[in-house]
Amino acid sequence: VSLPEAPLKKTVLVQAVEGSRAFRRRIMEMGLVPGTHVRIVAAAPLGDPLTIELRSSRMSLRRAEAAKVLVRG
Amino acid sequence: MSPEPAPASRSRKLIAIAGNPNTGKTTLFNVLTGSRARVGNYPGVTVDRRIGEAIIEGIGEVSVLDIPGTYSLVAHTAEEQIAIDAMLGLDGEPRPDAVVICVDASQAVRGAYLALQAMEFGLPVLVAMTMMDEAGKAAPDAVRMAERLGADVVPVVASQGRGIDQLRLALRKRLQATEQRTTWRWQPSDWLQGRLTAVLPALPAAWPNNQAMALWALMSVEDGDELRGIPAELRQATKLAPDEQKQVDSEAIAARYAWLDREIGPLILHAPDRRRSEKVDKVLIHPAFGFFIFVVLMLGLFEALFVGAEPMMRGIEDVLGACGSWLKHVLPDGIFAHFVADGLFGGFSAVLVFLPQILLLFTFLGLLEDSGYLARVAYIMDRPMRAMNMHGRAFIPMLSGFACAVPAIMATRTMERRRDRLLAMMVIPLVTCSARLPVYTLIVVSLFPAGRVFGFLPTRGLLMVSMYVFGMLSALFAALVLSRLLPPLRRHGLPFVVELPPYRRPRLRDVLLMVWDRTRRFLLDAGPLIVACSVVLWALLDFPRTARHPSQDWDAAIAQAAPTDRPQLEAAKESERLQQSFAGKLGQFIEPTIAPLGFDWKIGIGLIGSFAAREVFVATMGVVYGLGPDKGEESVSLRDKLRAEKRPDGKPLYTPLVGLSLLLFFALACQCSGTLAAVRRETGTLRWPAFLFVYTTTLAWLMSFGVYQVGRALGG
Repeated sequence: VSLPEAPLKKTVLVQAVEGSRAFRRRIMEMGLVPGTHVRIVAAAPLGDPLTIELRSSRMSLRRAEAAKVLVRG
Repeated sequence: MSPEPAPASRSRKLIAIAGNPNTGKTTLFNVLTGSRARVGNYPGVTVDRRIGEAIIEGIGEVSVLDIPGTYSLVAHTAEEQIAIDAMLGLDGEPRPDAVVICVDASQAVRGAYLALQAMEFGLPVLVAMTMMDEAGKAAPDAVRMAERLGADVVPVVASQGRGIDQLRLALRKRLQATEQRTTWRWQPSDWLQGRLTAVLPALPAAWPNNQAMALWALMSVEDGDELRGIPAELRQATKLAPDEQKQVDSEAIAARYAWLDREIGPLILHAPDRRRSEKVDKVLIHPAFGFFIFVVLMLGLFEALFVGAEPMMRGIEDVLGACGSWLKHVLPDGIFAHFVADGLFGGFSAVLVFLPQILLLFTFLGLLEDSGYLARVAYIMDRPMRAMNMHGRAFIPMLSGFACAVPAIMATRTMERRRDRLLAMMVIPLVTCSARLPVYTLIVVSLFPAGRVFGFLPTRGLLMVSMYVFGMLSALFAALVLSRLLPPLRRHGLPFVVELPPYRRPRLRDVLLMVWDRTRRFLLDAGPLIVACSVVLWALLDFPRTARHPSQDWDAAIAQAAPTDRPQLEAAKESERLQQSFAGKLGQFIEPTIAPLGFDWKIGIGLIGSFAAREVFVATMGVVYGLGPDKGEESVSLRDKLRAEKRPDGKPLYTPLVGLSLLLFFALACQCSGTLAAVRRETGTLRWPAFLFVYTTTLAWLMSFGVYQVGRALGG
């Protein structure tokens, strides 16, 4: 499934990162590579973007971009 | 604006400090250099280039360069390219003799990724493991990390000065070492190896000719990138099919992280304790509380800029005005005294009057940034801002625009991408700034009745509010249109991936240094242009000193008049002089172009005067109508004068329709030399301020023209 579909606060495993080259490269270089554990912590007050946690740091990712990250439960 | 010259003799060593954003890089720089930095610009991009001096025992004085925070050396934009240029000494940058990579102790794996990249180039790397206090048990053992990484690792707490002596010692060792070798922690596949070998011959001669450089080119150069200095041959050699591009990126990035997770990961025995920061976030980005606190904070910022800066601004104007009067008194009467006292001091005042808002806004911004809340502002506001193709970080600059466009435009620097900054700069001037308020008040109160709409809404109040809404809407609409029409402002596929750093106590010293930096550069870079504009406008309005064709002998008339009548005669004399001044001539010259908007040449004089600052319009109109220069927007006599003014055919000049046309013109036209100077300073070119001026003036003209002509056709 894609990352935004994963249940809130449940840790999942990254399987693949799709999307534009710039997005892919940026997020992978920030440590979101296949095999990394990641979880959605919260959504912004207006529903988008999402706060995700990986490698014990937090970052914000738009839903449309998070949908390019494929994960497994 | 010119970049700092590279040290002519390379006898003095250069240390570069790099690292991820939010790793305490700037604090370390300030501690090492004793906070004395020279700030310049990297050529071609508006990114600060900070360089300072430090003493290393046994080496002597060395230069220290602060490289903008980055997660990687791979670059897509000209801004991102700075990191590789500065670290390798390309594109006119001096080559560093040591590179300090700041690695947040609680983010050791990700921070070491950058170190790994640098070591692939064979750079003389030294790791400063920062914020050891915050990491606590989550920090990896420095000795073992150094062994595995193959580079010295020095734990520091820069904010408390801990570990700095050890860092100096390690730097000394690093600078004295001569061996230089490339270290790769992963083995490229045969396929990638073939690609790298094919790129090597196409690398420019000035670049290092190694595999790391070839890999950089393969991962960075692509169609539509904004990199500088990429020869066609290299573009050709790095051409890859889209799935091949992904394969290169995946292989290199995954292989580095695989090594890091295997070698550095096990050194981290405990997860960092983020409970405090997470608790704060639970409240601050909570759907309801978070939003409420956000609104309160932003209102506070707005209030401080809008109201808090006012007394300081008035104080500056008063002091400089008094200095001018004193000089006029002391200097021998004549054109020189007049120039210094009115022209030059008026110009200084025009620059300094921006200082209170700049100081307040940047102090606030610095505290928000260093505490980690600024990233949350972008996060909370991303959704609405994105609807206009803008970045979440554009929110605070837009909000500051309600106070004044000048600090607001300077605040666009908190956005990392040039495209986002430019778009914000092009639309902020449409937001209703406080300088427009006196003009709106004068027009609305003079020309619109005090009645009520629907029996309860005051007409004038409603009109004022409408002007604010109109300004905001036109800014948002302009953002939407410009980002679709203009290639440099178009939305690229650039992602919105923002780190939400843990909340930290801001270090006041770093914030104040940054504020001082911004202020100084505003004075030096934008100041001269604002003074020059102000002096030119003063000359237009004040020369010739006496009316060429006086309607009567004013001096004789004043001398004969009763003392009580004198001020009125003086004002009438000054009115005639202004009408015959260069500005008056210019007003008459431009009258044909503004007549279709319902304006006459006297309003034209006001428009020219308002170029110095919009509120000057009120004072200029006061002089034009013979009431003297000290009439404010509350002046009853100025209002009566406007209402009584007639066209040559005897009809009243200032109808509500002309008032509306004038309001719209002021709302849209970027008639403000300070704003244009700030845009020139932030973009480094004349092109963007010129574009801003032309597009807003055209828009204003069309809007006023449409409203006035339609209104007249309808019998208004």
